[in-house]
Amino acid sequence: MLQIKELKAGIEGNQILKGINLEVNAGEIHAIMGPNGSGKSTLSAVIAGKEEYEVEGGTISFDGKNLLELDPEERAHNGIFLSFQYPVEIPGISVSNFIKTSITEKRKAQGLQTLPTKDLLKMMREKMELLSIKKGYLSRNMNEGFSGGEKKRNEIFQMAMLEPKLAILDETDSGLDIDALRIVANGVNKLRTGDNATIVITHYQRLLDYIVPDFVHVLHNGRIIKSGGKELALELEEKGYDWITKEADKKWA
Amino acid sequence: MSEQKRQSEDELLEKVTSSEYKYGFTTDVESDTIPKGLSEDVVRIISAKKNEPEWMLEYRLKAYNAWLEMEEPNWANINYTKPNYQEIIYYSAPKQKPVLDSLDDLDPEMKEMFDKLGISIDEQNKLANVAVDIVMDSVSVATSFKETLAEKGIIFCPISDAIQDHPELVKKYLGSVVPARDNFFSALNAAVFSDGSFCYIPKGVKCPMELSTYFRINEAGTGQFERTLLIADEGSQVSYLEGCTAPMRDENQLHAAVVELIAMDDANIKYSTVQNWYPGNAEGVGGVFNFVTKRGICHKSAKISWTQVETGSAVTWKYPSCILKGDNSIGEFFSVAVTNNRQQADTGTKMIHLGKNTKSTIIAKGISAGKSEGNYRGLVRISKGATNSRNFSQCDSLLMGDKCGSHTFPYIEVKNNSSKVEHEATTSKIGEDQIFYCNQRGIGTEAAIALIVNGYCKDVLNQLPMEFAVEAQKLLEISLEGSVG
Repeated sequence: MLQIKELKAGIEGNQILKGINLEVNAGEIHAIMGPNGSGKSTLSAVIAGKEEYEVEGGTISFDGKNLLELDPEERAHNGIFLSFQYPVEIPGISVSNFIKTSITEKRKAQGLQTLPTKDLLKMMREKMELLSIKKGYLSRNMNEGFSGGEKKRNEIFQMAMLEPKLAILDETDSGLDIDALRIVANGVNKLRTGDNATIVITHYQRLLDYIVPDFVHVLHNGRIIKSGGKELALELEEKGYDWITKEADKKWA
Repeated sequence: MSEQKRQSEDELLEKVTSSEYKYGFTTDVESDTIPKGLSEDVVRIISAKKNEPEWMLEYRLKAYNAWLEMEEPNWANINYTKPNYQEIIYYSAPKQKPVLDSLDDLDPEMKEMFDKLGISIDEQNKLANVAVDIVMDSVSVATSFKETLAEKGIIFCPISDAIQDHPELVKKYLGSVVPARDNFFSALNAAVFSDGSFCYIPKGVKCPMELSTYFRINEAGTGQFERTLLIADEGSQVSYLEGCTAPMRDENQLHAAVVELIAMDDANIKYSTVQNWYPGNAEGVGGVFNFVTKRGICHKSAKISWTQVETGSAVTWKYPSCILKGDNSIGEFFSVAVTNNRQQADTGTKMIHLGKNTKSTIIAKGISAGKSEGNYRGLVRISKGATNSRNFSQCDSLLMGDKCGSHTFPYIEVKNNSSKVEHEATTSKIGEDQIFYCNQRGIGTEAAIALIVNGYCKDVLNQLPMEFAVEAQKLLEISLEGSVG
């Protein structure tokens, strides 16, 4: 589904990603872990197509398409979803209006007709139930006055509505208490099918107790320095990052 | 910001400047036009053409003489070449029987024009539930639903008809809220106005449909000076909407209207405007000078609510105001003012609190793009006798790009210590983060801007009658096409 080869990218002339290689297939959950400043959020921003980031080398292909040639909205239409670490507020626009616009635009791009409001509302109600979201939420303005947990849940709700092929969860656990974390993780697990894939970006192992990854990658200084199964996350929890980062630093010095 | 990004912004801004005004066509209707220029004779000709009674001619001549001694105001934060008042044509009427018995008799050319403007004047089209009066250049050409309204005792007709048929009402109220001498443009209007709408709602009557006037400048070189007089008698209710468009012409056209509202005890008037006069081209050539005086008076426990969506005109100078004379009366002003390219707007409101326990609310949203200038100017005056009065004002500005400007000039005068005045103001730009967030959800940049702007204007758009809220939303999108912040 997603192939990243030798990806080099940066911002304002500073190279942050220094040659990333990653392959994600349908049905898989990948966790990307790493200390602060290792390039985790840059990687998600580059996949989503944030314009400030300049790609200096390498390729990203998604379902056989060259992703780097597509605008951010085209990437979204192709099934890429990014759950933001800091979701922005859009004052005056209700959650339902926003999601309706989002789905309408996506369907338009796919040459599909607008979904009747009745069907859309039905779908919203189903997904709200899935994520234990209370009534009245749809008419609130996008992220305006939302608590940290509500913002993250709103991201997962949009993900549920848009049914992406590849979801990237950028630090979704940050700012969440244990209950909110459990709800969000349950939602993600329920949305999992054999056809979609998830990349979980996180600093801590905690979230991985709930969303169990098939693969764990350690990102350090713009490179994936170690990959393994879920047990790698536990090892990192126990030993910290130093034991692998030191070794890597020696190698790339 | 990367170079690439900057370039794409420039391209988009470029696109705005080339986006076209949809209503810029002219209609080939034969018209009866008097020679250009303004003199006592011209005032007499206009009055004679309208078959006016002597008192009306006198009113006009008095206004004309007052105007001669007045100076064009220059305190507003706008820059324009003052019109040469001797180069303007003050009267032009489509050459067909001005008032029709049936809308089927309408000139086909004119009918086509209204179709292009998207105005339904078909009386059969009752679904819209809107009665329309249409003013083209200087005269009213069609009024719909007249009879349905008459059953309730409501008078809705061209003001020239009202002068003939209801002289007692016109004589009593014309100039009672905006005296001819009020300002340079109101004096000019009083001298030369040739048509406009008149409306009277009897005691206790709730008007069963929206009343609407549609203004169209067609003829070259003409000014439009319409006059609207709306009287809501005790305990009555009415919602009124006006819209306006003009052809694209290289010269500036002057529009100097006067609107007077009278809300008697317990009456409720909602007055909405969607202003879309031709704004001129990207370099600022042509466009309408929109110099308008609008004011309403509220008697005891009455309420006047002004809502305006201003997207057109090269220069706008306009302050719909409320005089809160009666105790417990309420004034409201909701405004969205968009300027793009080289447009300039100096607009806001005046809330004059005279009665006790009077309340006013001001919500003004400015959006500036291109090389335009948007100004909010508002006065809240609470007089000594207006004890326990309250005002809340909120003035927000949204900037797009880095070549436009926005200014807020609030004036607050409070003469007693039991009243409360609140003022909030914000200035913001559409954030790149907001746009990227929308992009990531599959919403393209243009649609994202439209969405964000609509959210920003929501409090005002919500005030518009349902039928027009959608139209106003579309208008906002067209006005801001391609402008990226």
